[in-house]
Amino acid sequence: MSAEKTNLLYHSVCLEQDLCKGCTTCIRLCPTQAIRVQNGKAKIIRERCIDCGECVRRCPYHAKKVVSDGFDALSQYKYNIALVAPAFCGQFSKATDINVILTGLKKTGFDDVFEVARGAEVITQKTREILAEKKNDKPIISSACPAVVRLIAVRFPSLSENVIPLTSPMEVAAQMARKEAREKTGLSDSEIGTFFISPCPAKVTAVKQPLALQKSDVSGVISVKDVYIRLAHTLSGMTEVEKLSVAGRDGVRWARSGGEAEALGIKNYIAVDGIHNVIKILEELEDEKLKNIDYIEALACVSGCTGGPLNVENEFIANSRIRNITEDMENAQVKADEDISLFWDKKVDYQPFSPLDSDMGEAMRKMALLEEIYQRLPQLDCGSCGSPTCREFAEDIVRGKAQEKDCIFRLREKIEMLAKEITEISKMINE
Amino acid sequence: MAENSVKLHYNVDASDFTVAGQASGAVKKVLKQLGFSADVIRRVAVAMYECEINMVIHADGGEIDVEITPEKIRMIHKDRGPGIKDIEKAMQEGYSTADEKVRELGFGAGMGLPNMKRYTDEMNISTELEKGTVVDMTVLVK
Ligand SMILES: Nc1ncnc2c1ncn2[C@@H]1O[C@H](COP(=O)(O)OP(=O)(O)OP(=O)(O)O)[C@@H](O)[C@H]1O
Ligand code: SF4
Ligand SMILES: [Mg+2]
Repeated sequence: MSAEKTNLLYHSVCLEQDLCKGCTTCIRLCPTQAIRVQNGKAKIIRERCIDCGECVRRCPYHAKKVVSDGFDALSQYKYNIALVAPAFCGQFSKATDINVILTGLKKTGFDDVFEVARGAEVITQKTREILAEKKNDKPIISSACPAVVRLIAVRFPSLSENVIPLTSPMEVAAQMARKEAREKTGLSDSEIGTFFISPCPAKVTAVKQPLALQKSDVSGVISVKDVYIRLAHTLSGMTEVEKLSVAGRDGVRWARSGGEAEALGIKNYIAVDGIHNVIKILEELEDEKLKNIDYIEALACVSGCTGGPLNVENEFIANSRIRNITEDMENAQVKADEDISLFWDKKVDYQPFSPLDSDMGEAMRKMALLEEIYQRLPQLDCGSCGSPTCREFAEDIVRGKAQEKDCIFRLREKIEMLAKEITEISKMINE
Repeated sequence: MAENSVKLHYNVDASDFTVAGQASGAVKKVLKQLGFSADVIRRVAVAMYECEINMVIHADGGEIDVEITPEKIRMIHKDRGPGIKDIEKAMQEGYSTADEKVRELGFGAGMGLPNMKRYTDEMNISTELEKGTVVDMTVLVK
């Protein structure tokens, strides 16, 4: 297996075996049909999972966990910088000023803070340039949400060329923060730690196993939840506020859905949020039903990054705060030094869900069988077999991953048939 | 015993145009699972969607039969609608009999049939007034 392919196999989302009750809630909600319930426990199919965190958000027993770094990871470096996403600034009811949050973070163990919004401003500027030079009528799809980029890799490979090959605001911010820190402290790059405070598992995966970068400039990822409690304590006792925020309006509004596209200052765009909605739009694009669209902002979480599953605050409340914060904000002077790299440096290996068979003739035979099995099933999509739908179940059978008797309806029919046979045989004996 | 072909059948319900596109969506998924190229899948999906929408908007729904082999994909759309009066005209870009209501829904640019022709390798229409229309399209896998 090539290195690129294993990239799709690393995941930050995983199952807490003991907590899983096998309830099948997650199998129905998963946007890539990546979960099955087998022997009473959920199982994530690694090739299909995009780490969007939909299951993390919806599991009633909190059995889906996100593996991220803890504060102890800071001890590996001499100088630690918190990379603060604009969405993070919507988490606290007391903080209507970004400076309050940044000052507080510096008291929770970080030597410095850096706003990811500044990276977003750089990406916005580059995207404007790319849009101005665009010659074809293919809409450009934003690459800012790593869950969406992975979704395209596994489910919409035909749209790979639409994805803008720019790195994320987080990566740009990490490079800028490192550079500033090197100049300020004289430390070497390996002595500097950059920690992204993440609203989602997708960002964790994007750092641990980047899809389109050789290596991430982010040293570790700490979840918003883990930072929240520490920071909330700090904020309540804090009196003095340092003036630390330099990001402008176009960067900060990336926090909520629509903000990234608004910052571009263009007309013909779509801003779609929520992974199931994103899928609908990508289907439309694939079928050439979208006309006169230049740009598609696509975010896996409803409301945008404020809706990330690792956040604490309700996304609608957070968005209202972000709107208030950005309302009277000015735009910042944006300048990224030449040595900050903005483009992907590795080819993404678009890897569609594997077809039924690598040989098409054989795939046809399996598909015909799949249809045949599907017609026999009750078509209720009840999920009790452990597959998301009857059709998916038929596919699992054809792929050798399930058996028809896993369907309780089919099993019951079989038992009834056997019972009838037994009665007939016993009649024959008695006659 | 199944041979090297897949046959699919769909009923198209005309009572709700918002669900039109289900058959083409399902076929798209099947083609992806069979491992066809993105180009073939797109051509089939676009042609079929246009045809399916026509069945809903201009006719009274109908049936679709799809036959898939490694060499070609054939889609036969049968409806019980009013038939097409002048096929030659209907095939022209921009020709549409859609009324104001339909246009408001975003259809009626008169681009459906020309696009179907462009995206497929073979296309035959047989139609009878008051009886219905059969649109038979084939996409070759090259
Ligand atoms: N199945 C059908 N039954 C009856 N008439 C049809 C059928 N399909 C097409 N037509 C006629 O042919 C005309 C042209 O069809 P075409 O699909 O090219 O354009 P349209 O459906 O009017 O608009 P568009 O497809 O761009 O939304 C239609 O306006 C209609 O009069
Ligand atoms: S929308 Fe934002 S928070 Fe949600 S998965 Fe994408 S990057 Fe993460
Ligand atoms: Mg039409």
